[in-house]
Amino acid sequence: MSIVTVQLGQCGNQIGHELFSAVCRDVHGTHGLCSKKENESYHDACKERFFCQEESEVPVARAVLVDMEPKVISQTLSVAARSGSWKYDDRSHFCQKQGSGNNWANGYSVHGPRHKEAIMNLVQKEAEKCDRLGGFFTIMSMAGGTGSGLGAFVTQCLRDAFPTSFILNHIIWPYGTGEVIVQNYNSVLTLSHLYQSSDALLVHENDVIHKICAQLMNIKQISFRDVNQVIAHQLGSVFQPTYTAEGGSDYSRNPLGDLMETLVPHPEFKMLGLRNIPQMPENFLAYSTFSWPGLIKHLRQMLIANAKMEEGIDWQVRPPQPGSSSRSTTKPPRFNTSIANLVILRGKDTHSVDLGSFRDPSLYTSWLTPQDAFNAWRTPRAFNKYEKSAALVSNSQFLLKPLDSVVGKAWNMFASKAYVHQYTKFGIEEEDFLDSFTALEQVISSYTIL
Amino acid sequence: MTQSVVVQVGQCGNQVGCRFWDLALREHAAVNKKGIYDEALSSFFRNVDTRSGGDGADIYKGKICSLKARALLIDMEEGVVNEILQGPLRDVFDSKQLITDVSGSGNNWAVGHKVYGCQYRESIAEKLRKAAEHCDCLQCFFIIHSMGGGTGSGLGTFVLSLLEDEFPEVYRFVTSVYPSGEDDVITSPYNSVLAMKELNEHADCVLPIENESLFDIVNKIHQMINSGKLGSTVKPKSLVTSSAGGAKAVQEKPFDAMNNIIANLLLNLTSSARFEGSLNMDLNEISMNLVPFPRLHYLVSSLTPLYTLADVNVPPRRLDQMFSDAFSRDHQLIQADPKHSLYLACALLVRGNVQVSDLRRNIERLKPSLHFISWNQEGWKTSLCSVPPVGHSHSLLALANNTCVKPTFMELKDRFMKLYKKKAHLHHYLHIEGMEQSCFSEAIASLSDLIEEYNELDATKDGPRIDPPRLKIAV
Repeated sequence: MSIVTVQLGQCGNQIGHELFSAVCRDVHGTHGLCSKKENESYHDACKERFFCQEESEVPVARAVLVDMEPKVISQTLSVAARSGSWKYDDRSHFCQKQGSGNNWANGYSVHGPRHKEAIMNLVQKEAEKCDRLGGFFTIMSMAGGTGSGLGAFVTQCLRDAFPTSFILNHIIWPYGTGEVIVQNYNSVLTLSHLYQSSDALLVHENDVIHKICAQLMNIKQISFRDVNQVIAHQLGSVFQPTYTAEGGSDYSRNPLGDLMETLVPHPEFKMLGLRNIPQMPENFLAYSTFSWPGLIKHLRQMLIANAKMEEGIDWQVRPPQPGSSSRSTTKPPRFNTSIANLVILRGKDTHSVDLGSFRDPSLYTSWLTPQDAFNAWRTPRAFNKYEKSAALVSNSQFLLKPLDSVVGKAWNMFASKAYVHQYTKFGIEEEDFLDSFTALEQVISSYTIL
Repeated sequence: MTQSVVVQVGQCGNQVGCRFWDLALREHAAVNKKGIYDEALSSFFRNVDTRSGGDGADIYKGKICSLKARALLIDMEEGVVNEILQGPLRDVFDSKQLITDVSGSGNNWAVGHKVYGCQYRESIAEKLRKAAEHCDCLQCFFIIHSMGGGTGSGLGTFVLSLLEDEFPEVYRFVTSVYPSGEDDVITSPYNSVLAMKELNEHADCVLPIENESLFDIVNKIHQMINSGKLGSTVKPKSLVTSSAGGAKAVQEKPFDAMNNIIANLLLNLTSSARFEGSLNMDLNEISMNLVPFPRLHYLVSSLTPLYTLADVNVPPRRLDQMFSDAFSRDHQLIQADPKHSLYLACALLVRGNVQVSDLRRNIERLKPSLHFISWNQEGWKTSLCSVPPVGHSHSLLALANNTCVKPTFMELKDRFMKLYKKKAHLHHYLHIEGMEQSCFSEAIASLSDLIEEYNELDATKDGPRIDPPRLKIAV
């Protein structure tokens, strides 16, 4: 089954481009450390998922590029075409002349309805090119105007037009110290609207990726390109083909569906975080060796202690002791409770890895058993030159603090009514803000009492 | 890509405008080596086919034939505009883009606004419409004028309200040169306050500039060059005050250096909208992020660096120095000290070889020494444009919505009241048709209200931070 990617706004288009490049590089450039047959299977599954292949031409990404101003899209299209290894469909993009001005209301209430037909036509065309449609993957940032506002509108349209398809929104959480002054308003409005139409929200935080670039990747002058490449690597480690069933002989054909099934058991809980191990500069790989027990131990502690990367993990945090009387009073303070977790293993000896530590019931909330809450996918095919690598997609309290922080700051600003006139100008009233705040406080509350 | 139209009014407006067009051509020439008319050029210039003689049709793609500025030149005296039309930039302006008269406004806001406004309304409106028709997607009008005189101040603000009526969807950015205390025009306080009311009501964003600050910057550069500290190692084109490399001959007029600073301000402001970068910022984002309440739209600007040494290596320390300078008192374009007042919002527009980590590092470093209002503690808007200005490898424009504009306004009010209490020179205004005493009282009331709004915000500065309670959800 194929995934149609919708790239929204500057951020969405820049990341989307890195994602397709990373996936292509993984398939073509690296050996994979497995049998030829395995490699070919992987190659075919990946192709079907992300690309459409015309006869003798380069693969064409299954993507729709949307932006309200032309500079980024034209750059993205040309850089992809120049690579020679893949490209976008020349007709599969939509742009306007004047951007959304960082204004969610402009993206949602003005650009959305105005361009709905044109954009949905492009999406329909891409969907029809798929033999079997596996769902939609939208990439957007929350801070700006197009990705966030128009993105929320387009997600709603996707839900209306494809009621039985899976929709996964990939969201970029902006830097805490500001890229856009009204980013907290835009974030609150985006999240509350997406919660209604999307199946799950997969989040990457700029601050976190920035730290990974600085501390793990040793990059001195970090650019957005570096950040986007790390994000693309992490996404690739989740979405490249894997075997989902134990001993299954074919690569899973339904990645989005499988993801939703394992990770989103209840519609109130849709926030997914992503962790990846190991992460290092490419030139270090030749000198490093990894052991599965070590990787798994670190990954588990990253989950429990809510560590953002494999350095600086707090090893003091432990799960609550079994047999305690009341769950909420005896939970250790910094412990990260999970609803569901998915571990993806790639590379050598994945079949022999012991994941029992992830099946510990004390990691999970009480209303799911570990059999239901935990899943593992594997493939012997190594990813992107890492001999062994593991990814964790987690529906847990990972994003509780960032969410609480964003809502808090937005509320502070809203109390003084600052900037609200910029939104009411385009049809988003104070009641709409209040509705969004209420919806998110509900989500925060639900995650807090896990 | 969007287009912008520049409306330059009065002597000051036209002189600054002239420098702007010269430096804009220089900037595009440096970037656009192949002579192709691209989207970046189209934001300020039309490409006109003049081979067939007269006013040819616009050419939208392909090689540059003849560039025409998207501008309207308005002056009620002929001297300045004539000089421009006889100078090296004469081909850049269309003869139909001019509106001139002979006798000037006599440093009288009422003459500029009421008399000439009324007289030339139709003509101005028609030429604006023509300019707008040549645009694919018109986003912004830039108005350049001074506040202290008659034409720039009076007719300039008339054009502003005309723009709001005729083109309500298009942004109006105003660059206003405020008079200094020792201004030689006695009635400049009247003119300025009358104009302020119009700016309060009809402008989307105002960038106030004070001659004193420009003068100080020019002096600072002269001292640095002449003191021998740098010797001859400063790149001439990199001086923010320089016209080197432009169309103008080397012999510069006295105000040229100061006007070049303003021209560079406008170029840097629009750079991220014209050129590519990893984090773009369009003009509509400026107003969205920096104007939290409709009337508080006065932005204090500062430009760094003022010059580049010929030394090619730029270690991060020097880059960090650029950020520090942007917040120092002597780089601001009005006499104000933002560091000791309250920030409502701040934007950093970076050009050139600077990455997001440099930006983040400097924001972290400078944040503790700045006061931000309680509901906007991380009130930063940032943008990264890959194309640096001519002669530099990187540059920074900082725009601050900060209560440090208050002293400027309060002084203006004081100077106004000194004259008004004695009714000095009032008759020159009141005998103009359409002017009454109420015009004055309304204008000073508008200014007082604005000052009061800033006062209220300042009052929150040192108080305890009380966050409003969050919504409670029933579990």
